[in-house]
Amino acid sequence: MVAPKLVVEGLSISYGGKTVLHDINLEVQENEIFGIIGPANAGKTSFLKAINRMSDFESDMQVSGTIRFNGRDIRTLRNLYAYRSRIGVVFPLPVGLPLTIYENVALAPRLRGVKHRDELDEMVERCLKRAALWEEVKDRLHVLGSLLSGGQQQRLTIARALSQEPELLMLDEFSIAVDPVTTMRIEDVLKELKREITIILVTNLVQQARRLADRTAFFLEGKCVEIAETEALFTGTVQDQRTRDYIEGRFG
Amino acid sequence: MFEATARNRRAQRVQKLYAILFGLMTALLILPVLIILGTLIYKGGSMISIDFLFTEPTNGMTEGGIFPALLGTVWLVSVALLASVPLGVAAAIYLSEYAPDNWLTRAINLAIINLAGVPSIVHALFGVGAFVIFFGFGTSILAASLTLAIMTLPVVIVSTKESLQAVPQAFRVACWNMGATRWQTIRRVVLPNAVSGILTGIILEVSRTTGETAPIMFTGAVFFSPYLPQGIFDQTMALSLHLFVVTTQVPEVPEALPYGVALVLIFLVLLMNSLSIGFRMYLRGKKKW
Ligand SMILES: Nc1ncnc2c1ncn2[C@@H]1O[C@H](COP(=O)(O)OP(=O)(O)OP(=O)(O)O)[C@@H](O)[C@H]1O
Ligand SMILES: [Mg+2]
Repeated sequence: MVAPKLVVEGLSISYGGKTVLHDINLEVQENEIFGIIGPANAGKTSFLKAINRMSDFESDMQVSGTIRFNGRDIRTLRNLYAYRSRIGVVFPLPVGLPLTIYENVALAPRLRGVKHRDELDEMVERCLKRAALWEEVKDRLHVLGSLLSGGQQQRLTIARALSQEPELLMLDEFSIAVDPVTTMRIEDVLKELKREITIILVTNLVQQARRLADRTAFFLEGKCVEIAETEALFTGTVQDQRTRDYIEGRFG
Repeated sequence: MFEATARNRRAQRVQKLYAILFGLMTALLILPVLIILGTLIYKGGSMISIDFLFTEPTNGMTEGGIFPALLGTVWLVSVALLASVPLGVAAAIYLSEYAPDNWLTRAINLAIINLAGVPSIVHALFGVGAFVIFFGFGTSILAASLTLAIMTLPVVIVSTKESLQAVPQAFRVACWNMGATRWQTIRRVVLPNAVSGILTGIILEVSRTTGETAPIMFTGAVFFSPYLPQGIFDQTMALSLHLFVVTTQVPEVPEALPYGVALVLIFLVLLMNSLSIGFRMYLRGKKKW
């Protein structure tokens, strides 16, 4: 058996003393899509922030517990920049950088030291295609990314995350501003990408988790209620009644 | 449909009243500026000519032009900028992008703001003590410019810091997420978007420096010099000081002369300010978010 990509042990997160995530234990396997579902306030976004140590930039966010990436405890990492560059993140509110579309996607390769124009061109095209944005922007790569529509900016951030050539891709409600047809196209890409990389997918759409995730965790009010094979979750063998209620939309 | 109620009408009347009131205030504000400009042009306009700008004063400064003073001011301002801009921008970048938010940083920020309020004559005395005597630059362009630089440094720092902080934090976070270092983030995303504000601040600083008299009067500027400055260790004449001299120190100066000098000085400052405004408008047109 291969070692898991990511191991989380006893992870707790608090903001200024208020604990929002309690004692999370889970493993994410290599080349898996790991789904996380749960209502607002469950701590899903905070969980992602802890994984790539963006928590370092939020002074009131305290993280305890162990996170191991490729077997390495991330608290012992020296080069956090290299670490973060191996993890692509897409947050729900798209932040198109104040650069052209092209430069938005070429930034990460440039930071890695890619200089040749051909190589960059090729990279930009590939990432934009994967994010299902290429057709819409191929004629105006040099206009500002922030002039795109909300859904297009969202896909731009996906392309940007992909341009990092990440080992782990974390998507936080990526389809929030994307229309259903385009969402399906991106989902197909994710299924393909799974062969190369590992994906953590936080989603509010339980059906999206069902379509994509190999295993799914259900977070509720800062606790991980249950982790199971996705099919099992949806076909009835849940351990916890609350999971069933949430999946079937009987919540509250 | 859409009938105005009595309340609506009243609100509209009040709103008009305030618009008129504030409009009047604004008019009152620009009135002095117009009067000053008008007087200067009326009384000193006849002085302005190519000769006036590019010849030396003669006959005990009662005749001739202002070239040495004009050139001296350019010297003083340029050297002051060379010193204050790199220093100020670097400090602002540090304070805005690197410094942790703790009591020390807050204390430094407070000190900088207070430094901006120190009267220029105090800076002049500091300049004499530090640059003229302690560092041994003597009364020279270097000493005077450094005094000016110290005086305007807080302004540069504050305006640069404000421009940097106007760049949304979300951009930085997005870059850090990709594994960019702080410097990469600053260079590729923060600075390009702050540069218009930074430059505007610098141009405004130039215009302020141009008019200062006290800080240069004991440190490097002289009443009269028969020579043009050849380097930063020379003394020089300066427009602002020259204006003071011909107004109060020299007997039998024709009335139009000081007005002419003042007109050149104010024109320089206005030119710089309009440059700054124009530049800001140009860059705002290219604003990226
Ligand atoms: N920067 C912060 N400072 C203080 N509290 C925070 C901060 N970020 C998140 N929280 C708190 O942490 C809790 C969990 O938030 P989080 O964003 O992780 O939830 P979520 O599961 O992602 O919710 P959603 O589905 O709405 O995105 C919330 O109570 C929120 O108020
Ligand atoms: Mg969230």
